[in-house]
Amino acid sequence: MTKSTFKKKFLPWLLPIVIILFWQLAVQLKWIQSEFLPAPTEVVQTAIVDWKKGILQKNISISLFRATCGFVIGGGMGFILGLLSGTSKLFRKTFDSTIQMLRTIPNMALIPLVVLILGIGEPAKICFVALACLFPMYINTYHGITSIDPDLLEMGKSYQLNTVQMFKQIIFPGALPTILMGVRYALGTMWTALIVAETVSADSGIGYMSTNAQQYVDVKTIYLCIIIYAFLGELSNYIAKNLETIFLEWRNSARSLTEE
Amino acid sequence: MALIELDGVSKKYGDKTVLKNVSLKISEGDFVALCGMSGGGKSTLLRLISGLEKADSGSIKQENKEISTINSDARMMFQDDRLLPWQTVIQNLLFGDKSEERIKLAKRLLDRVGLIDYQNSFPASLSGGQRQRVALARALMSQPKVLLLDEPLGALDALTRRNMQDLIIKVCSETNITTILVTHDVQEAVRMADKIWIIKNQGIAKELTNPERNNQTAEAQLKKDQLVETALSCILDNN
Ligand SMILES: Nc1ncnc2c1ncn2[C@@H]1O[C@H](COP(=O)(O)OP(=O)(O)OP(=O)(O)O)[C@@H](O)[C@H]1O
Ligand SMILES: [Mg+2]
Repeated sequence: MTKSTFKKKFLPWLLPIVIILFWQLAVQLKWIQSEFLPAPTEVVQTAIVDWKKGILQKNISISLFRATCGFVIGGGMGFILGLLSGTSKLFRKTFDSTIQMLRTIPNMALIPLVVLILGIGEPAKICFVALACLFPMYINTYHGITSIDPDLLEMGKSYQLNTVQMFKQIIFPGALPTILMGVRYALGTMWTALIVAETVSADSGIGYMSTNAQQYVDVKTIYLCIIIYAFLGELSNYIAKNLETIFLEWRNSARSLTEE
Repeated sequence: MALIELDGVSKKYGDKTVLKNVSLKISEGDFVALCGMSGGGKSTLLRLISGLEKADSGSIKQENKEISTINSDARMMFQDDRLLPWQTVIQNLLFGDKSEERIKLAKRLLDRVGLIDYQNSFPASLSGGQRQRVALARALMSQPKVLLLDEPLGALDALTRRNMQDLIIKVCSETNITTILVTHDVQEAVRMADKIWIIKNQGIAKELTNPERNNQTAEAQLKKDQLVETALSCILDNN
């Protein structure tokens, strides 16, 4: 019991801690000397200073705001479109190939257009993030619904489930694992899109902090921004994972049986 | 009066005739077993009665009503249990309808199939036999007049299978439900059914009766063994 909690909880952290300790030592004992490699403690100091000035909170919250808005709008639209494509033949025939075609356009290619239409304000950045979240959610929702076991659908039909029951009992829960994979993936593309948007044109946010620091050769802040991104990424992973444990309890019950 | 009546029913898939001009009558309370070679059309016949397939010609009636859509007075049990893996055992019976009487009925049926202690387990944590018990309980939820069994025991090991046979016989005789069982296993048919019909050459080639079904004496056993032989030779006979 104690051994397994050690393995589960502590082991994954071991390597990062060792690396940071080594890094600290290497800089402090002057094994490595470079203006591009500040000691971890210096990065922490920068963080504290920025926090006291209020810059850090402000930029993190504006980035989180953009990310959340973009995800909710784009992911929500992707989900709804995927739902429609998955359940209605007519909708699928009309829209799917167009959406698939749009999907192949690289996100970055849209920046100039988005900036031109929406300017460089908040709507542009949110729109950019939303576009990045829309497609993974669309694809996964659509795929999840269309790949449901036809035998289960036939069972539902022969047991005379009505449309609502069919959706609530079979279609949605059957597609949910794939949809949550879409959520996980969209959370990834969400950060990437946000970094790009904030790097290209912004006067606030973590991405802006980082580009700004680059101009002043403020290496510590750049590291700080990278670390913040890593934490935010980890946070969204954590959220995705928890959604899976909450909603896919049935899968865990099956898995724990085969594991133990 | 017959409960189920087929008259001149034919069914084709593409160019392939599966059933040709089939007529049959099944009375209330009958336990009929359909035996025959693989691909002979047993499942098709069952699916026609359940309303999952439509006949190309002829009429299929239950209680004198033509079956045109899903037959609401018949429930099918499939070879694979087709339980919803994301729902617990009892949820699988309820299909989201949590009215007090549905829950009461579900619990009573789970009790009857011996799984009341598992009502909150997920299907993945049950054995194959237990899952088929849940499927049986689910089929009985709407209290159908007819139970359609498409080789529901095919994937089970011999001992579990015997247990399930006994359970189905017990449940069916208690409720006096009319049952049609599709099986490859002639011995199973003789153990469970009081009528055994051989499906062959796109139709019912032979109707055998099994009057000694519930009789366990040595003499009756001998007759049942003979019946198995008769059925087997009829299935395998090439003419
Ligand atoms: N949906 C379908 N489309 C095309 N052909 C089908 C379809 N369903 C069944 N068939 C064909 O009809 C024939 C009869 O099938 P059916 O499933 O009724 O046989 P069966 O007697 O139940 O066989 P088994 O014992 O193997 O289950 C088979 O040749 C099969 O290939
Ligand atoms: Mg079959």
